[in-house]
Amino acid sequence: MTLGFLARLMLACLLISCAGLAGAQAQKQGGMLRVTHRDNPPSASIHEEATISTDMPFMAVFNNLVVFDPDSPQNRLDRIVPDLATSWKYSDDDRTLTFQLRDGVKWHDGKPFTSADVKCTWDIVTGKVDGKMRKNPRKTWWFNIKEITTNGPLEVAFHLNDPQPSLLVMLAGGFSPVYPCHVPAAQMRIHPIGTGPFKFIEFRQNESIRLERNPDYWKPGRPYLDGIEYSIIANRSTAILALVAGKFDLTLTGEVTPELVKDVKAQVPQMQCLLQPSNTQGNLLVNRERPPFDDARIRRAMGLAIDRKAFSDILSRGVYNVGGAMLAPPEGLWGWTPEFMATVPGYSADVEKSREEGRRIMAELGYGPDKMLPLKVSTRNIADYRDAAVILIDHLKTVYIQAELEPLDSAVWYARLARKDYAVGMNVQGTGIDDPDVMFFENYLCGSERNYTAYCNPELEKLFHQQSMMKDQDARRQLVWEIDRKLQEDGARPVVYQSQGGTCWWPHVKGLKLAVNSIYNHWRFEDVWLDR
Amino acid sequence: MLSYVIRRLLLMIVTLFGVSVAIFLLLRIVPGNIADILFDSAGLIDPAEKQKIVVDLGLDKPLPLQYAQWIAGLFRGDLGYSYVSEKPVIDEILPRIPITARLAGIALLFAVCTGVPLGVISAVRQNTWLDYGLRILSLSGLSMPAFWLGLLILMAFVHFFGTIPIYEREPATYWAWIQMLVIPAAAVGFRSSALIMRLTRSSMLEVLRQDYVRTARAKGLSEGAVTFDHALRNAVLPVITTIGVETAFLMGGLIVTETVFNIPGVARFLVEAIRWRDYPMVQNLVMFIALVVVTVNLLVDLTYMFVDPRIRYGG
Repeated sequence: MTLGFLARLMLACLLISCAGLAGAQAQKQGGMLRVTHRDNPPSASIHEEATISTDMPFMAVFNNLVVFDPDSPQNRLDRIVPDLATSWKYSDDDRTLTFQLRDGVKWHDGKPFTSADVKCTWDIVTGKVDGKMRKNPRKTWWFNIKEITTNGPLEVAFHLNDPQPSLLVMLAGGFSPVYPCHVPAAQMRIHPIGTGPFKFIEFRQNESIRLERNPDYWKPGRPYLDGIEYSIIANRSTAILALVAGKFDLTLTGEVTPELVKDVKAQVPQMQCLLQPSNTQGNLLVNRERPPFDDARIRRAMGLAIDRKAFSDILSRGVYNVGGAMLAPPEGLWGWTPEFMATVPGYSADVEKSREEGRRIMAELGYGPDKMLPLKVSTRNIADYRDAAVILIDHLKTVYIQAELEPLDSAVWYARLARKDYAVGMNVQGTGIDDPDVMFFENYLCGSERNYTAYCNPELEKLFHQQSMMKDQDARRQLVWEIDRKLQEDGARPVVYQSQGGTCWWPHVKGLKLAVNSIYNHWRFEDVWLDR
Repeated sequence: MLSYVIRRLLLMIVTLFGVSVAIFLLLRIVPGNIADILFDSAGLIDPAEKQKIVVDLGLDKPLPLQYAQWIAGLFRGDLGYSYVSEKPVIDEILPRIPITARLAGIALLFAVCTGVPLGVISAVRQNTWLDYGLRILSLSGLSMPAFWLGLLILMAFVHFFGTIPIYEREPATYWAWIQMLVIPAAAVGFRSSALIMRLTRSSMLEVLRQDYVRTARAKGLSEGAVTFDHALRNAVLPVITTIGVETAFLMGGLIVTETVFNIPGVARFLVEAIRWRDYPMVQNLVMFIALVVVTVNLLVDLTYMFVDPRIRYGG
């Protein structure tokens, strides 16, 4: 398995390096990049959405304070480079992070960018100021920000409750653009204004999104492209056929399944395709407030029934990763090594032994082949969710649980999750950044909005805060592994698989640099050019 | 005749009123609303924030008031704002209507222009190889789902011609424009064509055995005059009825065809609007489709008057 991981990482790095080497050629100015898109983005406002459908097309309209180094195939704390901030510095007690800002930057409507825009953006997303946003899905990311102050138009400081090295990681993500203070939220949803390399031109619902080169971009000579056009193609088969026929240059990231990657490469051998973690994981939701699932023993038995390798084999022919809450290495920075993973209950290679243990627990509780525990596995009625739920039902039978599938319309599924009106669910969930702060505080904190299973462990929460404050990232990793182990042992939300998705592009698209541990952060397109 | 037309018009108004009530109530009976989707798709479950959006969108008002506001708006030409795009519904719908209308029109034309003549040929050449071939063709049309046929066509184009006839806002050539319109229309019209072909055939076979047809032949009329002037004119009545019904069915076919060929028309837009529970958009789109279907059926009823004198004089 380790060799497979390494081979994949080497292949990914090779592809990324090839794309990077292309940057060494003489770049050509001009051309329209044509990209497929899978669905209608809910809005154009990145801060209000939690989907790649909004992040990828609109990231190029904006800038962040800092960004992940596009030349680094892994998004990580030590590879963060300036964007709107030219430099940054922590105070001696690590509780104040001060940014010096770039001078002379203008918004697309001609107004100057200042520190007030930074303060205004984070005052809104932290909830201190009502910015009239419809939604604020990443409010939990900023739990540690006490206050934001400015010192003149070109200096802004983030004052923190506790030291938090990961704050910089979150600021570098595609979901953290700087918004203009003078543009109302309602306009940002339909006609966003940014400082980025491309200006927003048009968003036709269910049809297309068009961006145009910003001639006044602060980075000299960038961008190379005249514009980018995303065509919304709801049918994946049509999108792939259109890519193969040359109607498009690039697919929406992560949209090409492992099987389709093979198919595309067979039809067009020169097509560049990269399979990478899609930052989504399939997990088992067990409502611990609803009997009999308030009994930890039943939850444990359910966890022991899962054969994670079977999920990966069936859903992706072995491409999906197996791991805990954090993304597995070599792509992920914080996931368990295979050796560590083998020591976690339910992750043993000997699945039959785990299931035997599960059956023993269930037998103690009075269940057996003649008296199965009946339940419904609720899930969203789309293929990614439904297919996994069907496999789960099959696995649960091995520990005397007779489950029935309950597919739900998306609207109903979300409403039921919100009300915790389910017993057992199969969920697929995305996370913006490969970082423990994002994962733990968003999904496992007592009372957190996305803590769907209502898991609450105050002792573990202390460790969440402890790891968040640690400067030594290697020591932090050890602690994160232990926290992740405890989460899986407690059956907080057993992680069944970590998905991978493909991105394909024609060789004439140069300068495209993707990361292996996130699909959300490399869509500025300022270095991309077309060689045709 | 006038009273027949007036009766049909009154019936049309009653039908549209019934449709408006049904759409309005059904949308609100279906579990989940736009507030659920907007908030929960982003992982938010704060009931206070959800309530805020319910109030913002006017979903907290009593249902009769919401209905009255919608209908009053319809009469004023104000269709309201889309909850999702936050743009006027009329601005979202209007550019899409010509696209779907063109596609539906060509599909219907294709269905009639191929279905009726082939049905006649099949009847006239009953139990010949030509008849068997046409019957197999019509059965295939009825059996093949439009999305599957659409994908087959796209795959064949990519494989044999290296191109794909999906929608483009500004097609490069006139030929590309023709392809973009005709191929999806044929894909969606194939089913209707098959149905019309079978109906025409069976209707013609029945009429061809009638005494008046035998009389026409005995009078020495040419086979063409017997088939088209005497037989087809009488056989075509049920076919006309079917064309009216097929207009409604065509909308179902258009949803998948617009998706497969990536055509930004009304049908595909409607499905998206339903998915998001975008009430103003769904209500107005369904009302528009209902208006089209009811109008086509009115036209079919009026056509009867000209084709069948018994209706004209009996009315």
